Amino acid sequence: MTDSGIISLRNVSKVYPAARSGRAVAAVDNLNLDIATGEIFGIIGYSGAGKSTVARLINALEPASSGEIVVDGRQVTGVSERQLRKLRLDVGMIFQQFNLFNSKTVRNNVAFPLRVAGTNRADAERRVEEMLRFVGLGDKAGAFPEQLSGGQKQRVGIARALASSPRILLADEATSALDPETTYEVLELLQRVNAELGVTIVTITHEMDVIKALATKVAVMEQGCIVEQGDVFDVFSRPRQASSQRFVSTVIRDIPSDKDLELLRRRHPGRLVTVSFREGEASQNEVFVQLANAGINFELIYGGINDIRGRTFGHLTLALEGPAESIDPVLARIAQYSDVKEVTTRG
Amino acid sequence: MDELVGLLPELWTSTYETLYIVSLSLIFGGAAGLVLGLGLYTTRSGSLLANKPVFGALNVLVNIFRPIPFIIFLAAAQPLARAVTGSGIGNNAIIFTLSLAAAFGISRIVEQNLLTVQPGVIEAARSVGAGRLRIILTIVIPEALGPLILGYTFIVVALVDMSAVAGYVGGGGLGNFAIQYGYRQFNPIVTWAAVVVIIIMVQAVQFLGNWLARRTLRR
Repeated sequence: MTDSGIISLRNVSKVYPAARSGRAVAAVDNLNLDIATGEIFGIIGYSGAGKSTVARLINALEPASSGEIVVDGRQVTGVSERQLRKLRLDVGMIFQQFNLFNSKTVRNNVAFPLRVAGTNRADAERRVEEMLRFVGLGDKAGAFPEQLSGGQKQRVGIARALASSPRILLADEATSALDPETTYEVLELLQRVNAELGVTIVTITHEMDVIKALATKVAVMEQGCIVEQGDVFDVFSRPRQASSQRFVSTVIRDIPSDKDLELLRRRHPGRLVTVSFREGEASQNEVFVQLANAGINFELIYGGINDIRGRTFGHLTLALEGPAESIDPVLARIAQYSDVKEVTTRG
Repeated sequence: MDELVGLLPELWTSTYETLYIVSLSLIFGGAAGLVLGLGLYTTRSGSLLANKPVFGALNVLVNIFRPIPFIIFLAAAQPLARAVTGSGIGNNAIIFTLSLAAAFGISRIVEQNLLTVQPGVIEAARSVGAGRLRIILTIVIPEALGPLILGYTFIVVALVDMSAVAGYVGGGGLGNFAIQYGYRQFNPIVTWAAVVVIIIMVQAVQFLGNWLARRTLRR
């Protein structure tokens, strides 16, 4: 790929000066990131990992301490506030708490970026109507934000963020304050924003479901660094770094923790193994047939199968009963095409 | 009672004078307080025009002048009032001094109410490229308008209170009326008449303020 992407961060750091008696804190630490045009890019991590700061570096709400940021072909670092304001018109942003202007009607909320852009009145009115229809709130133009539900508020937020026709949308925990059903509706709307309007979306979240439903690429952040990035399926089905494995195991709970194992061992005296399944590699069916043919008694005691856009992966923990001489060869065979980890004893 | 009936013309004149002093002080002091309050709000650290030295200076200035009891401030600021209004005594002198004293108090009320505007809302305005002046005028002030109206209502009531000492520097108003014709002439009914007028005045102002704020908040 020669295209360096619509968003590019090179060795970017954001250091907050030391608070009273404390040490300076690097919210973002020497970060490199490339996001391609038209992508839905997820940034996931624990709270405090620096995800939101990355979003605010992209639209220059926060100045970077060092490094180089290029957004939509424009230099973000080391330019005047005036130029940054122009840039921000081309990068929409939505927020966890929606951040609507409560003193303005829905119409005037959506029209605000157009006023900033200096769009003439007739064009602005047309654009506001168009955006409200796009988000399904054509009938709410005269309402005030207080009269809307959470999902409707976020729709207004999306309409406002897109009013000035930006090519990029930053979604900072956009669904974290919504219930599951509304979350689903908003995610669907964001997918339409991407597919129908061709807007590149960067979504910041701590929720796996958001990444699963929305993102095509994902970066896992920890302590200001990206510890792993790539295709969503690859990163979540087989995280390579220890820290991303730890993170993935907290959002995909299909591998028993040490504490879970302790309890499982007490209830199941036989041998315990955790088998990884990954689409295209191991078939559950084969594993079960192998075990049954060898006359091994097995029971499924922990695990789960995940679906990321029609591709499945997961981990199943099995309790096996039978003589070692019949179990060992079967496990060896299964291990040829799948990850098998024996967890009968600690460590 | 007869004395009161005989003093009715003076009572109405005094009521008019109090309204005159209070409304002009509200206009001048209110405007100055709004500017000073906006200064405190915007220069505070993390705000739109964050500037530590300016904020520190404004903060100290307000803290120095705000706690001075008004009757002392009135005497101390008399040379300044004379320089500005041409006379150290009378209603115009007291309007000047009252506006000045009130501006410091109003600035705190403005500052506090503007601080209730969620930082996220300001961030949203910044995220679409809005400049600082636009954010202050079209986002911050409208978002805080309801509580600001209540704050100013509170100030009007305080101005009625402060204006009662106008008599000490040759000003008129209900305070002067109550002391001169009621207290000094051992005529409590006259004093109480002034009290009743002030109560009615304050009730009306509070009612109006509440109504306006409710309208703004309900939109």
